[in-house]
Amino acid sequence: MNGIYFDIAHLLAGLLVLISFFQLYQDRLYALLNVFALHAFVLALSVAWQAFIQDAPHLYVTAALALLFKAIVIPVALHRIIIRLGIHREIEQVVGVGPAMLAGMGLVALAMVVMLRVTHGADPLTREDLAFALSVVLLGLLMMVTRRNAVGQVVGFMSLENGLVLAATGAKGMPLVVEISVAFSILIAFIVIGIFLFRIRERFDTVDVQALDRFRGERP
Amino acid sequence: MSFNPLAAVLLIPAFAAALLALLPGYRIGARLNALAALATLASAISLFFVRPQPGPYLLVDDLNSTFIVLTTFVGFTTSVFSASYIDHELEIGRLQPGFVRFYHAMYQVLMFAMNLALLSNNIGVMWVAIELATLTTVMMVGIYRTHEALEAAWKYFILGSVGIALALFGTILVYLAARPVVGEGLDGMVWTTLVGHARAFDPALLDVAFVFLLLGYGTKVGLAPLHAWLPDAHAEGPTPISAVLSGLLLNVALYALLRFKMLLAVNPAALAPGPLMVTLGLISLVFAAFMLYRRRDIKRMFAYSSIEHMGIITFAFGMGGPLANFAALLHMTMHSLTKSAIFFAVGHVAQVKGTQRIADMGGLTETNPLLGWGLILGVIAIAGMPPLGIFMSEFLVVSSTFARSPALAIVLVFGILVGVGGLFLRLNTIAFGEPRGPTAKAQASYVPLFAHLALVLSAGIYMPASLVAWFENVARLLG
Repeated sequence: MNGIYFDIAHLLAGLLVLISFFQLYQDRLYALLNVFALHAFVLALSVAWQAFIQDAPHLYVTAALALLFKAIVIPVALHRIIIRLGIHREIEQVVGVGPAMLAGMGLVALAMVVMLRVTHGADPLTREDLAFALSVVLLGLLMMVTRRNAVGQVVGFMSLENGLVLAATGAKGMPLVVEISVAFSILIAFIVIGIFLFRIRERFDTVDVQALDRFRGERP
Repeated sequence: MSFNPLAAVLLIPAFAAALLALLPGYRIGARLNALAALATLASAISLFFVRPQPGPYLLVDDLNSTFIVLTTFVGFTTSVFSASYIDHELEIGRLQPGFVRFYHAMYQVLMFAMNLALLSNNIGVMWVAIELATLTTVMMVGIYRTHEALEAAWKYFILGSVGIALALFGTILVYLAARPVVGEGLDGMVWTTLVGHARAFDPALLDVAFVFLLLGYGTKVGLAPLHAWLPDAHAEGPTPISAVLSGLLLNVALYALLRFKMLLAVNPAALAPGPLMVTLGLISLVFAAFMLYRRRDIKRMFAYSSIEHMGIITFAFGMGGPLANFAALLHMTMHSLTKSAIFFAVGHVAQVKGTQRIADMGGLTETNPLLGWGLILGVIAIAGMPPLGIFMSEFLVVSSTFARSPALAIVLVFGILVGVGGLFLRLNTIAFGEPRGPTAKAQASYVPLFAHLALVLSAGIYMPASLVAWFENVARLLG
């Protein structure tokens, strides 16, 4: 494998992990959505680069999907939704920025230890891509648990899913990648439409998941 | 063109879904729904006789034809129950006719997704099918549009999506493990090819993959630390969907896990998946058994009972070996039939009483004898009392475990007994004593309820030798 090819792929995957960290400490929904758009943009670049070096033209579809759908349509739609719901104020984080960053670092270390140890056989590009991808997945999970706000959780889920797309495109020659990324886009579209159509704000007065909990049938 | 049962099992629900989405009139819709489910069942049964060759996407073998017949059968009986249930919901105005059209179409999409997941020979297609099944059930859970229903749907959505995402990561890792051996491209995801070459896969990669798959699909099975979506989704959606969720969708997710377990079993250096499944199964069983005691909502209570039984089934599959696998398969079948029967009864009970709160029900055997005794029979069956079918399968699970590791068997028996206590405690309130709440007669369809119970009863008393041989054969396949 050509050295520069590897380096650029490495750089883009590393950037994704870095942007995941940016997302962790954003305490405003607007800023969070902007950082997420950047995340999706870097993902699109990374997938396009993989399509180029693997000579796999179908991956350009996945890249285009990431660019159009996740970097443009979804952030714009969510921007409008949070204005309509009137929640473009601060995000309440369950844990502070410091502990969240520390936990994030721990998770990245964990991802490195696990993935680099089990992938001796694979070629270096795949190995590192997988380690980065697992880091992004775990950081996305961490984000979902540190946010109480439903929109914040959705952004966490979408960045988790970006990690999965990174892993799927990094696995050279994997079949059905395009189909899977389309299936994921449908899932995300449903989540976003769900927030909007179900009018969680109107029905529950808040999209704060802790407040939703009050309505459970279990409580007398 | 000759009749192709494989295509029929997938295409009938797909076409029916499209047709139902277009057809106005809920009576026609309900009939067509049941008719399509019946046709799917017939084609599924014909899979026993016509066995198409496995292709890169679809596969029929003894294991999945068992699952698919069970799925289509319960799918059919539930569609019959659903017709009378929905009728009542429309009458009291809880559902609008437009939503019913949507509901029927979604029901067939769900059937299609489950059949596709069961028949797929490709781990990528299987993942997409399970995702589709999750999406459709999310929409059906939220169909009442109440606070509780939307919250349940949202929770199910988020937790289910995370589970699905983890399962995809596991699937990618399996492909990576296969790639050096099988080569790039489509073959790396075809299950029959994978299982043929799994001996040469990198064991470390397979181990990590299985952990992700267990957490991912385990969320959909409803195993204990990952079960949080399940009680809400069961309690707040329409009852036919609770029946399908408990009776079928949990099985489909478990089936996906079993496929990967078989993959790991081929590779001697890979981690044994058994102990992981045994642990999660026992945790689910004991946890859910205790949770049964403090339930106020009748559907929520039976949802916890489903977690308990999925725990037992996962435990038994984790133990492995011909006898435990046999017991697990039997228990799964019996649980699907019994639990959906219970939900059929519960659906009508909740409609008669106008509530799901256990405290507001009482004396059901006096006011609605047929419904009350049907529910009692179902609960006796699910509690594992002789001579019903679940007694036999639970007995087999327990006795095979005692023979191999008594310590685990003690935990197992403890969990089962605690669960039985919880169920009977509540049953007493619901079925006997002073009648409470409205005492109107139910306009119920009793046929699906009692058909299931009759099957469970007859399986407990006498199982035909050919059926036993069939289950033994499948149990051997599972290793």
